[in-house]
Amino acid sequence: MTKKALAGLKIIEYGHFISAPYCTKLMADLGAEVIKIEDPGAGVDEARVHGPFPGFQAHPEKSGLFLWLNTNKKGIILNLNSGPGREILEKLLGEADILVQNTPPGQTKGKILDPETLRTSHPQLMVTTITPFGLRGPYKGYKAYELNTSAAAGVSVASGDPEREPLVLPFFQTYFQAGAAAAGATLSAVLARDKLKGRGQFIEISEVEVAANNLVGQHLTTYIYRGLTGIRRGHHGGYFNYPCACLPCKDGYVCLVAPQLAQWKRFIELMDTPDWSKNPRYRDRREMAESYPDEVDALLMEWLKNYSKEEIFRMCLERHIPFGPVRTIDEISGDPQLAARGFWTELDHSLAGRLRYPGTGYELSKTPATLEQAAPLLGEHNEEIIVGRLGYPQETYLTMLKEMFHAES
Amino acid sequence: MLSLEGYRILDFGTAWAGPMSTQLLADMGAEVIKIETQGRLDGLRLGRPIVGEDIAGGDEGKWPNLQPAFHALNRNKLSITVDIKKEEGLALIRDLVKISDVVSDNFSPGVMTRAGLDYDSLVRIKPDIITISLSGVGQYGPLKEATLYANTIMAMSGLSSLLGYYGEPPLGMSAVAYGDANASIHAAFAVLAALVYRKNTGEGQQIDLAETQMGSALLGEALMDYQMNGRVARPRGNRHPHMAPYNNYPCAGEDKWVSIAVKTNQEWRSFCAAIGNPDWCLEEKFGSIGGRLDHQEELDQKISLWTAQYEPPEVMEKLQEAGVAAVAVMTTEDHYFDPHFKERESYVEIEHPLVGVEALYGIPWRLSETPGAIYRPAPSLGEHNDYVFGELLGLAEQEIERLVKEKVIY
Repeated sequence: MTKKALAGLKIIEYGHFISAPYCTKLMADLGAEVIKIEDPGAGVDEARVHGPFPGFQAHPEKSGLFLWLNTNKKGIILNLNSGPGREILEKLLGEADILVQNTPPGQTKGKILDPETLRTSHPQLMVTTITPFGLRGPYKGYKAYELNTSAAAGVSVASGDPEREPLVLPFFQTYFQAGAAAAGATLSAVLARDKLKGRGQFIEISEVEVAANNLVGQHLTTYIYRGLTGIRRGHHGGYFNYPCACLPCKDGYVCLVAPQLAQWKRFIELMDTPDWSKNPRYRDRREMAESYPDEVDALLMEWLKNYSKEEIFRMCLERHIPFGPVRTIDEISGDPQLAARGFWTELDHSLAGRLRYPGTGYELSKTPATLEQAAPLLGEHNEEIIVGRLGYPQETYLTMLKEMFHAES
Repeated sequence: MLSLEGYRILDFGTAWAGPMSTQLLADMGAEVIKIETQGRLDGLRLGRPIVGEDIAGGDEGKWPNLQPAFHALNRNKLSITVDIKKEEGLALIRDLVKISDVVSDNFSPGVMTRAGLDYDSLVRIKPDIITISLSGVGQYGPLKEATLYANTIMAMSGLSSLLGYYGEPPLGMSAVAYGDANASIHAAFAVLAALVYRKNTGEGQQIDLAETQMGSALLGEALMDYQMNGRVARPRGNRHPHMAPYNNYPCAGEDKWVSIAVKTNQEWRSFCAAIGNPDWCLEEKFGSIGGRLDHQEELDQKISLWTAQYEPPEVMEKLQEAGVAAVAVMTTEDHYFDPHFKERESYVEIEHPLVGVEALYGIPWRLSETPGAIYRPAPSLGEHNDYVFGELLGLAEQEIERLVKEKVIY
């Protein structure tokens, strides 16, 4: 058995889709015990209906997003609008260290569990609440999906063609950032618990604010002195020294970034120092980036088109030029570097079968993140938790189930 | 009260990913000592200075204390200057390691080992030390020699291949340094997890964070789809697999946009009502989620004609009132004046000795009892040499003077 960094930490997740489930996944994969509560009456975790599904056949137990984000967790279903559901929840919270929740405002059925009430009933609990705009401020009740959180954060305005609509980052990145920030903040509270003599605290996370600060916050300081930065420039990036571009080559795209002048000079040499490179017009890298990057792009593309992206990458590696290939999802899936670093783990799931799951980017030498259990089926651990853990007699458990679910339908 | 008060971190980070991760920990109260030398400045100390126009001089490092990005990513830290290539310089660092909890770097793999500052060397002088190294592709594996920056990290993680308009080739670039920022937040989390483990067991360890891998690790949805269905994800612009309308729409004014996302049929009806139920809204093809997805280009055109009459905040208010997710596409400037960000104090002001009051972004995680604080502006180069060598290591004033003269403290 691998040693676990977060062994002994007990977490209740009342989460859906990405931000809260990713937060608790980070901790579950390092050994925390996570019990995920789903309330079918309020709607099961949306990730179950999001997909991707094998063969494009929707099935709540086979959604790739759900399976990936809920490894190593136990799953129970409760009707939180029923007496028994509330009772079980209260018992679970009483034994837990942490509650992570992200029910959005404006939801008609489910609601966030009120932090103020929890402070009285469970003073030991760390209550991590993730919402789009946070729990304070004029927009606190605003509805927002990833497109909107990314827009509000100042992230969208940084991607896309300057003449066209700004672009959200692919695949829900602000939700992941919020989840990671929530996990970090929660662990800092765990470390502070002694100082608070065992008392818990609230951790309030706004998806918009996390992305605004962590992804583009540094632009503020520049803005005050120099005006607006961080605005989209199509296939050109944010550095103000040429090159900072994504350009086509023989079989795909390459990313060209060279913060240091020496790196750029080595690339000119790699291209056999073409005549144009001796022209003073192509010496001032700041000017090239700001005033006529497309013109220089065209000159580079003449050379790039002769080579594949991996050929270019190899030649650049040898010469310490920090350019890299724009890799596609199939290439990531077969990448030898990721494979050599143990990125993938195969897990069996009773309905979805055996699948290979992506891991994470950090390796803790003594307590690495491990994937051991596939995601739970809806209510898979009800009996284990309610009877086995909380000690309700089997008969009472069955009555509670009836009361929780038959009454509704 | 600060949650990480009492922890000390030695920070060899340069540029973005390393410094931002330690800044997150400094905000929570850890004492972060940034280690540089005049012979090799943090790259963020180079460039166009905040005051004046000496760009060429700035690029050469003449204005190390006047760089906006450096100020944004190194607040709350202390700065010392040591030449670790000198025997005595290395000895100073090793003495500091003995009284520290974490050593962080984002050099290319091998640099810390050659300097004698890798985990195996440090654990002999500080048995419970935690080290974290951030690098492009990790400390081992066939590619470990690669030097990568934020954009290349995004490219090699798979993310850039997905960044672009629907049905078009990838643009592959963003002004967001996502590869670095993503590595930073996860690095901070990994360090915190190692600190929790050390608190419970007394054991330190080393952390190897591969920034490219950290990016790929967020593409599980696409990776699962490829595995399940052989489908290679391509740029999908602002499209969502199950929602339409879902786009940024033009508003009155130059480069003004509003994001509108509609998920349920109820939201669709609310949206239609809020814009006055024009005839096209009632067309059958827009009446179901499937229909709206199938006709989203046409839908986008119709909606654009409506949004173009208003400024983003007007659309936001009107639609939010109706329960529809509409939010202005904001820039840094918009944030600076926005009432929500203002009330939440998402941005803070701090007095910097060289430039006066300056604005920094706040702490995005709000802890009720140990909220963290922004208590110190980014340090000038070597500003805390006296405190660190004098008070922490207990060197006499004359000894410090000698080390400065011999360019050990340099």
